[in-house]
Amino acid sequence: MYRLLFETLLRGPVTEALPADPELAALGAQLDAAARRKLGRGLAIREVDTGSCNGCELEVNALGNSFYDLERFGLRFVASPRHADVLLVTGPVAKNMREALERTYRATPSPKWVVAAGDCAAGCGVYANSPACVGSVAAVVPVDIHIKGCPPTPVQLLQGLLALLTPPSREIAGQL
Amino acid sequence: MSDLSDLLSTGTEVPSHAPWPRALVGTRAWEEAGRLLAAGKLTLLGLWGEAGFAHMAVLGGPAPAEVAVLSVACRDGAYPSIGRLHAPAIRLERAARDLFRLAPVGLPDTRRWLVHGAATEPYEFLPVEGEDLHQIPVGPVHAGVIEPGHFRFTCDGETVVRLEARLGYTHKGVEALLAGADFAQAARIAGRISGDSTVAYAWAFACAVEAAAGVTVPARAVLLRGLMAELERLANHLGDVGGICNDAAFAIMLVHCGLLRERVLRTNAACFGHRLAMDCVVPGGVAVDLSPEGAAAVRALLAELDKRFPPLVALYDTTTSLQDRTVGTGHVDKALARQWGAGGPVGRASGRSFDVRRDLAYPPYDRLTFTVPVLEAGDVDARVWLRIKEIEQSRALIAQILRELQPGEIRLPDDALAVATGREGMALVEAFRGDVLAWLRVGDDGTIARCHFRDASWFQWPLLEAAIEGNIVADFPLCNKSFNCSYSGHDL
Repeated sequence: MYRLLFETLLRGPVTEALPADPELAALGAQLDAAARRKLGRGLAIREVDTGSCNGCELEVNALGNSFYDLERFGLRFVASPRHADVLLVTGPVAKNMREALERTYRATPSPKWVVAAGDCAAGCGVYANSPACVGSVAAVVPVDIHIKGCPPTPVQLLQGLLALLTPPSREIAGQL
Repeated sequence: MSDLSDLLSTGTEVPSHAPWPRALVGTRAWEEAGRLLAAGKLTLLGLWGEAGFAHMAVLGGPAPAEVAVLSVACRDGAYPSIGRLHAPAIRLERAARDLFRLAPVGLPDTRRWLVHGAATEPYEFLPVEGEDLHQIPVGPVHAGVIEPGHFRFTCDGETVVRLEARLGYTHKGVEALLAGADFAQAARIAGRISGDSTVAYAWAFACAVEAAAGVTVPARAVLLRGLMAELERLANHLGDVGGICNDAAFAIMLVHCGLLRERVLRTNAACFGHRLAMDCVVPGGVAVDLSPEGAAAVRALLAELDKRFPPLVALYDTTTSLQDRTVGTGHVDKALARQWGAGGPVGRASGRSFDVRRDLAYPPYDRLTFTVPVLEAGDVDARVWLRIKEIEQSRALIAQILRELQPGEIRLPDDALAVATGREGMALVEAFRGDVLAWLRVGDDGTIARCHFRDASWFQWPLLEAAIEGNIVADFPLCNKSFNCSYSGHDL
């Protein structure tokens, strides 16, 4: 293990240098400033899958890898809605998940925001008109912002979270 | 004559079903199949319903592996329960009851499964009695970024004496939406049944359509499907190896495996325009060709993997504090894996040597060289090693595919599939977590009349309940991650 640690140390961080991607750099700076202003040093996110195919979960998890390193922006995932500022909801709302979403929303202390991530959460995607789904997330709880993509890429997810923190941009985040 | 052909010969063969036979049998042969399943002479591949009929896919063998579908007419919606004789069918029959109101006569567990009903409707968990027992309800909203499901632990101190899972939370009416969809739309839905296996599902669907149509896909398309599927396996196994170690609080493996996984996804994006290669496999071929730059990106990925992965394997192999958590934890008995027909790393780490790519070889695997790793220990450690070995196999397969690729067509013309009208097709494809079954009937108007998918997880989730028994609660995430069953693929 020491060898691997040593080599990693010599190689330096793989987290992508922000200037290499001006869009992400600007995003990071804004997000950092906005998050600090509103919430001090951190924004706590609780992820809720209400019927996703798990494609969105894969990309949400990818936010934590060393390339994107979500936590450098002061964003982090928490284990309970009671610790959360943001509910990041994925998937169409399956009938079987409706109550769980409503209860999770009620368990989240105010002020709180809801981000509907992915085409299913935003408009049911390929699951539109399914007899087993209630509808999109907005049909069950108030949504502050939609992030498009099937699934949204990690960069699109970051862009959406930024838009949440820089009002008055509550409209749907565009595709990158 | 095998047991399977005996059974088939008692019924009426359905002529439009391909590539394996399907026969409409009487209740006597249907129940006889149940007894053969219980006796271990056949393995259950799937059981599903439609209005008026129940269908069951079974695997005979072991060598050569034979597949057949038995169908039984349901008078007044009833048919003899297979779950009564063979427990692995219970959840499948509960699901068919929820979705098609078919009543399996004698089914020992009649609770709802996929359709939960009103939120106020109580769900009776199995009764537990004993001194000093307490229960821990977990989910459906979990602490991690994972899919929803409910786990009811009954514990004696820290030791789990019983786990009962309740699934179905992500049930979103996949099969109802597939009915009436055209091939293009159905392929998009199939690719979103379990996002991590999008290539495998799209491939299984495409294969079933092509089997119904009796067409052969261009050689280049077949190899590109193989390339996408092995990249998918690589990405998922890398994520799982890292994730399992992370659940034993050894985060450095997650970090390094996560880097490699991200490289695979970026290679997908560079080659196919999508990080998960979603919507790239379509009936008749593939939607995206591999450019010379794409092939170079795949070669660069393999070089990166060759350099970075072996040190991680060595790290896992030499970290005793990590193995202290994984060795002996979450043991799945070989007999149980065989009885349940558990596929994928879960089955193969418990001695069940079955891989559709080898045993019911479909192109391009019928002419590629690879081995199917099998381990006997059946614990978390074995499931880690199995994935490590499969990563090495996938790496070798990708290199072979790149060598084999020749210029050529990548897709049949759309009208080539029109001959599928009024016919039935079936396919088994090896996804990263095991075999995916797809079965469909094309209606007279050329749209999907009925389509069913069965994820490998159906036969793995119940084994998780057995694996955790006698382990401590804190080892559940570790066991669960080492299975990595699909919720969405199961819940449909």
